[in-house]
Amino acid sequence: MTQQDAFPGMVKLLTADGQELATGWVDRVAGSLKGRISRNELDRELTELYTALVEALRDGVADAHADGMSEVRALLTELSRNRARQGFSPTETAISVFALKHVLEPVLQDGSDQDIRAYLRLGRLLDDLGLFTIETYSRTREEIISSQADQLLELSTPVIKLWDGVIAVPLVGTLDSARTQVVMEKLLQALVDTGSEQAIIDITGVPAVDTQVAQHLLKTIVAARLMGAECTVSGIRPQIAQTIVALGIEFGDIVTKASLADALRLALKKSGVEITRGGGVGR
Amino acid sequence: MSERVPVLRIGDVLLVSIQVDLDDQTVLNLQEDLAQQIVDQGARGVVIDITAVEIVDSFVGRMLATIAAISRMLDAETVVVGMRPAVAITLVELGLSLGGVRTALNLEKGLALLRRSGRSERT
Amino acid sequence: MNVPWAADDEPQTQPVVMNDDVVRVRQFARGLSQRCKLSLVDQTKFITAASELARNTLVYGGGGSCTAGLVRGRGRLGVAAVFEDFGPGIPDIELAMTDGWTSGGGLGLGLSGARRLVDEFALDTEAGRGTKVTVIKWAR
Repeated sequence: MTQQDAFPGMVKLLTADGQELATGWVDRVAGSLKGRISRNELDRELTELYTALVEALRDGVADAHADGMSEVRALLTELSRNRARQGFSPTETAISVFALKHVLEPVLQDGSDQDIRAYLRLGRLLDDLGLFTIETYSRTREEIISSQADQLLELSTPVIKLWDGVIAVPLVGTLDSARTQVVMEKLLQALVDTGSEQAIIDITGVPAVDTQVAQHLLKTIVAARLMGAECTVSGIRPQIAQTIVALGIEFGDIVTKASLADALRLALKKSGVEITRGGGVGR
Repeated sequence: MSERVPVLRIGDVLLVSIQVDLDDQTVLNLQEDLAQQIVDQGARGVVIDITAVEIVDSFVGRMLATIAAISRMLDAETVVVGMRPAVAITLVELGLSLGGVRTALNLEKGLALLRRSGRSERT
Repeated sequence: MNVPWAADDEPQTQPVVMNDDVVRVRQFARGLSQRCKLSLVDQTKFITAASELARNTLVYGGGGSCTAGLVRGRGRLGVAAVFEDFGPGIPDIELAMTDGWTSGGGLGLGLSGARRLVDEFALDTEAGRGTKVTVIKWAR
């Protein structure tokens, strides 16, 4: 039997008792999802998928990655993405495809040789489509994770204006090389945007730094200087001071202050602001 | 064919605003022009505005440092203004520190810097 | 180094024989790094590296060419540039890669500096046969 002969068989298998098959399929999937998707919704999804699949097979396409299968893939992509977003597991996603194999199984008991061959061929296609849903599912999950990471980065690295001409970045949490780089670029851009000549990098909330992070800090301070601004580092913990010295990183002539308040006082002084205590008591 | 970057004069300050992608010959021409003009015009300060410059490689970086050194010798002070963050980060990575070059965030602050150091008549 | 040129995007070759060509290589590198959607800082780093290497090709290699295009690898897009000359080559690579060392009148930051600006760097040279420098910057 040639490949081509399998198509009428596969179409027949799927369409012989169309309605019953579809209902069985929806039942199986609905059972595994335990009512977390409405039956109507599931019915719509699977009917569309079923129609597209039969259509493709009628056209003589049984390769999951062929052009003729693009409609099926588009539907599966949508299905997998939705499942991933709604928090379903990979199994609960792929079951939508694999359940069809289950529903067709009775054919194996009393079908003709041709039916069985058609079942096996169809099984192979459904396996590929099942894998495709898992791929799409995990890709969607990765996208979600990376966009969350971006959001977190955005949230965790504010550049704030402390005074006219003085900006600060309070860094909190563990710094990795990528995050440090983002923060530093933001800081330098903020210098330009606000026309600030003083910047304070406060690392009170940073538990530890490694060589790379310390190097990035250092490079940023040098870059700020090249642009015509000055940076002060405040809140260096004793452990971090030890690391920096132990790593032999040259912090050179970089100005450091114990606290953000001290750094602000210095920055204000450098920008020519005088602070006096008020309260009506003359000096 | 190398173009020449115009050198403007405001009071006793020379202003150079670099607006084009500089080839090496233009960079050398600028260096020469500036040295000549500092003497001719009796300038006390030079402001080089690189706000529009997207790339400063080691050649341009060296030009900036050389101009600063030459002008100092001719009793004028050079300030480079408007360096973009990406350019600054790249220069640091490249290993150029532009030693001896004074910098300011923008033209206004650059002129103020010259004024403060008594390099401009409007003190 | 084998450059994984992107199949759907032919790399282009530019001559590097005159002063103006250095500017042209920069513009070429800028166009590519924008097409590759490198971040602004990474664009600047790549273009600066290309500028350094183009000047090296011109000044030390006596002229040559720059072949650049998009590359693909491990699911990422990147930009690559290959600078080739048939000049005197570099007898002592280690020395040439040292910050501040120069055989000409430069700052000696061309090769060592360019290496720090890119993600991948390969130097292929033989005394008397010329020099080939390949650099790649990947999009993040």
